[in-house]
Amino acid sequence: YIHIINKADMAASKGLKILVGCKRVIDYAVKVRVKPDRSGVVTEGVKHSMNPFDEIAVEEAVRMKEKKLAGEAVAISVGPPQSQETLRTALAMGIDRAIHVEIPLAQLEKLQPIHVSKLLAKVCESEKPDLVILGKQAIDDDCNQTGQMLAALLDWPQATFASKIEPSQDSKQLRVTREVDGGLETIDVSVPAVVTSDLRLNEPRYATLPNIMKAKKKPLAKMSPDQLGVDLQPRQEVISVEDPPVRKAGAKVESVEDLVGKLREKGLVK
Amino acid sequence: FQASRAASLLPQLLLRRRPASAGAFALLARPASSASGGLPPLTTEIHPGIKRGAFSQLTDADVSAFEAIVGGDHVIKDADEVLSYNIDWLRICRGQGQLVLRPKTTEEVSAIVRHCNKRRLAVVPQGGNTGLVGGSVPLFDEIVISTSRMNSLLSIDPVSGVLVAEAGCVLEQLDREAASQGLMMPLDLGAKGSCQIGGNLATNAGGLRLLRYGSLRGTTLGLEAVLPTGQVLDCLTTLRKDNTGYDIKQLLIGSEGTLGIITKAAILCPARPKSVQLAFLGLDSFQAVLDTYRLARRSLGEILSAFEFIDSESMRAVKQNLGLSCPLGEHSFYVLAETSGSNETHDREKLDGFIESVMSMDGCATDGTVAQDAGQFAHLWSLRERIVESLLVDGYEYKYDVSLPLADIYRLVEHMRTRLDGRVIRTAGYGHLGDGNLHLNFTTPKFDAKVLELIEPHVFDWVRDRRGSVSAEHGLGLKKSQYIRHSKADFAVRVMAEVKRLLDPNGIMNPYKVLPDE
Repeated sequence: YIHIINKADMAASKGLKILVGCKRVIDYAVKVRVKPDRSGVVTEGVKHSMNPFDEIAVEEAVRMKEKKLAGEAVAISVGPPQSQETLRTALAMGIDRAIHVEIPLAQLEKLQPIHVSKLLAKVCESEKPDLVILGKQAIDDDCNQTGQMLAALLDWPQATFASKIEPSQDSKQLRVTREVDGGLETIDVSVPAVVTSDLRLNEPRYATLPNIMKAKKKPLAKMSPDQLGVDLQPRQEVISVEDPPVRKAGAKVESVEDLVGKLREKGLVK
Repeated sequence: FQASRAASLLPQLLLRRRPASAGAFALLARPASSASGGLPPLTTEIHPGIKRGAFSQLTDADVSAFEAIVGGDHVIKDADEVLSYNIDWLRICRGQGQLVLRPKTTEEVSAIVRHCNKRRLAVVPQGGNTGLVGGSVPLFDEIVISTSRMNSLLSIDPVSGVLVAEAGCVLEQLDREAASQGLMMPLDLGAKGSCQIGGNLATNAGGLRLLRYGSLRGTTLGLEAVLPTGQVLDCLTTLRKDNTGYDIKQLLIGSEGTLGIITKAAILCPARPKSVQLAFLGLDSFQAVLDTYRLARRSLGEILSAFEFIDSESMRAVKQNLGLSCPLGEHSFYVLAETSGSNETHDREKLDGFIESVMSMDGCATDGTVAQDAGQFAHLWSLRERIVESLLVDGYEYKYDVSLPLADIYRLVEHMRTRLDGRVIRTAGYGHLGDGNLHLNFTTPKFDAKVLELIEPHVFDWVRDRRGSVSAEHGLGLKKSQYIRHSKADFAVRVMAEVKRLLDPNGIMNPYKVLPDE
């Protein structure tokens, strides 16, 4: 499967078609609690919102549209019925339409990046985007795998941990600056490509009221894993989920003499 | 390792929290103060007319007595340390107290007060020292009794929602404890990271959610206090209903530390909402603000938990002085409408309905946003909660807090802005619209007596003429005691003086505050 974009200057063409992935996760400010049976974390009644890195991906797609680098931006989410709210947020930020791949509750907890990337690859076959932007990782599993797996399945180039996306010098490719351990790396990738967003790519906008109202009328299509022909058989089994060990409490001392005394007790000073 | 949780993601979220302060200071933007090299002027210099009462002078024997009660480590005599307890949060007052005591138990407080009453030594009870009317710091050489070490949470009952705590517990910490039981403290204010529950009760603190949860007069079920004679008043019941005799705790609530020192409190905590939503709107007239409020009460009804307004001058201060960004364009007014409820889908529907009505209303908000996640929620609230802090950066702040009929609220701001044109850096108006409570602030680079003359008593007279309150929630403290008759009948003030004489025959408990000097 190879899709070659028109070699003409990107600015002159009708723009890239972008597919943006959004995941519904527990809000990053929520204190996560482990379930008493240690099978997972409590999600019932807990505040959820869009994965922060995905918000950045959505913002980037909308900005590329505003700069006329992109023509159409489509958001996609793989998740439970409530993922629709996440997609509405994306639509309110300026995405044109959305696709919801609904996962039945029974299979939700066992869903892995390998499944998500296969679902996304199938959608790419029909949607034929020029660019897929995903958050670099989800803040619930911290896997950092979906973008890379998707690129491999599609045999597309990947530019991960992007902190900047712009047209390359000859405008025929994308120039992506990546945040790596040693600093910043700049690479040119041909489209179609998969890019994953890092923290400093942009600062996501607030959804304005008029856009929130408009978002309700934008198209939101539903699909199922069966329709896409993807098998969600889990390849991993979670044995247990536990809290990190509790930090031992310190002790407050009331005076310098107390402090020295305690240090002596612990054999830390003579 | 690519960290992804809150701390690394959006560090500005942490700025919303004020660090819990052990004693006097909240560690925030402090203004460069006027006269003596960074220190505020002595309060006695600003108010030369107030004379020291007929109190005794502190002697070594007194200090030894206190050391025997609380232990030498908790008697603070060092001038540098004592200084911080003498300066209020706004840095407009500086007292000359020489001694700070930090008791741990009610018995210690009782012994201290008994001694002071016998010796006729004046005292000032102090909690988080975040008061805004100079009520929590000495004027002359009063002894500061700090409740900071009395910080134990005694119990939380998850079924009834009753929380019992010592007076020195910091509000934000109590809220966190309540959260672990699915409850919340019934009040919330900008000073939450530093203010203590004892001080909240003593000042009948209002705050951002009075609109929904009511005042401390309703949510405080019981308290324990030490009276000025040293006797312990135990009204610490946890009962929701108890009509047996006069409700004396109501005298202490809002008495600003002049009738006794509150040592414990029993608070009725509401259930913590499962779903909190926040709409932030830009409006171009005050009438639009009032219309939006009416709409909010109708369409959001029982889930409305806060309704605040901010004028353009206040927003400018927050942007210029603190560098915060506002997601909306330039507007004359901004409104924060918050909902709290038990069902997210249900509440979102209601909020959608409210927004649709707001947008289709004539001349109403077309610019606005709804917080999509906790980060946006915190940021939008910070635009309101950090206004006081932002104004302090200008230099010197003149603060007024009044209750007025809704239609008059912004008329006062416009009137004063015209009156002070050219004399002040800015005139900022904002506040708890839902409670009819305006916060009106003026700023100058340094304290300017002429500006103060232009403001007072004019602003209080204006409020009195419209039957408003000269102090909606901040209290009278030192700064407003002589204006009490602007909002209370003379006979009522005389009855208050009788009560004060009854409970505090030697007048040692926080003198010069609340009641006028007669």
